[in-house]
Amino acid sequence: MNKDMKILVVDDFSTMRRIIKNLLRDLGFSNADEADDGNTALPMLQTGKYDFLVTDWNMPGMTGIELLQHVRADDNLKTLPVLMVTAEAKRDQIVAAAQAGVNGYVVKPFTAAVLKEKIEKIFERIDS
Amino acid sequence: MTDVKKASGSSMGFEETLKAQANQLKDLIDSGDMSGALSIISDLNKTRDKTLYQEIGRLTRSLHESIRNFHIDSANSNDSELSSIEDASDRLNYVVDMTNKAANKTLDLVEATMPYASGISSEAQQLKEDWSRLQRKEMKPEEFRILTATMGTFLAKLCDDSDKVYANLSEILLTQDFQDLTGQVIKRVIGLVKDVEVSLVDLVRMAGKVDELTGTVHKIEKQETSIEGEGPQLHADKRDDLVAGQDDVDDLLSSLGF
Repeated sequence: MNKDMKILVVDDFSTMRRIIKNLLRDLGFSNADEADDGNTALPMLQTGKYDFLVTDWNMPGMTGIELLQHVRADDNLKTLPVLMVTAEAKRDQIVAAAQAGVNGYVVKPFTAAVLKEKIEKIFERIDS
Repeated sequence: MTDVKKASGSSMGFEETLKAQANQLKDLIDSGDMSGALSIISDLNKTRDKTLYQEIGRLTRSLHESIRNFHIDSANSNDSELSSIEDASDRLNYVVDMTNKAANKTLDLVEATMPYASGISSEAQQLKEDWSRLQRKEMKPEEFRILTATMGTFLAKLCDDSDKVYANLSEILLTQDFQDLTGQVIKRVIGLVKDVEVSLVDLVRMAGKVDELTGTVHKIEKQETSIEGEGPQLHADKRDDLVAGQDDVDDLLSSLGF
């Protein structure tokens, strides 16, 4: 896992973005940018050469699941690893996220250990 | 037809009239008195219309009453006097602001404190190694002189830094006072929501009477399961369409081949 990889953190609440960025920094990932919803994130992803996307689900404008669908439909982005970090906890939603091609799903409230474990798992799979 | 006029006061009266006249109507039809039967039908219609207008009138009055009670229409009121709903929105926005400020302040303080903790830790680590070498008597005299100087600086810095850590922690403690203020505000808004609910239930009950008189049947569409975002779920333990936590998510995903 490359610790210098470029990460985009998408959440409509600035405090949650700060918390996730802090946790990522503690895990050794200091190259993270922020966006406040899918509409802001998508153009950044298309031009910014990101290696990893961490997104919330419920956001005004474009939601996280729509962002994921856009990412998977885009030829340049379709292999981008995506971790969903969200308060959405319905089974149907998790199944829908899996079908849309999410790489990991973390429900809020979450711990630093869970975030670390899911990120490691995602990159273990990709690297193997 | 005096019965009809007497009974027109309420929908209950209308039902009674309907029952009373249904038999009479049947008899008239059986005996072939069509004009008599039609006159009963027309009377029934009039009674129904009259009752309907009364119920709609009552419904409208209640609606006005409710709107007045909750000052929903701020258009007529002075700017200084907010409607209850506007007031509730303001209060909830205040909660959003307060929690946002508190979270940011806490994050600022945590971010400011972390470097002290990691600085103390890394310097102590270095000193620990030197200290072990001293205990094993592996240290040359000039190295020992450097160690004493370093130790002196470290202890002075430790005093300063731990004071700063303590000060930041106390400030984080104080920042949590938002909970008291936002809690009070939220409780007041809950009170308003409950009042509005009681009034709405009354309105729905009256509207139900109107539906009864007009014979309107509302088709209630079954809610489809949706994947729309809902935000944090309450009462997760009482719903079976929700996962109970990260372990459930992991189980569900692994059952899907993740």
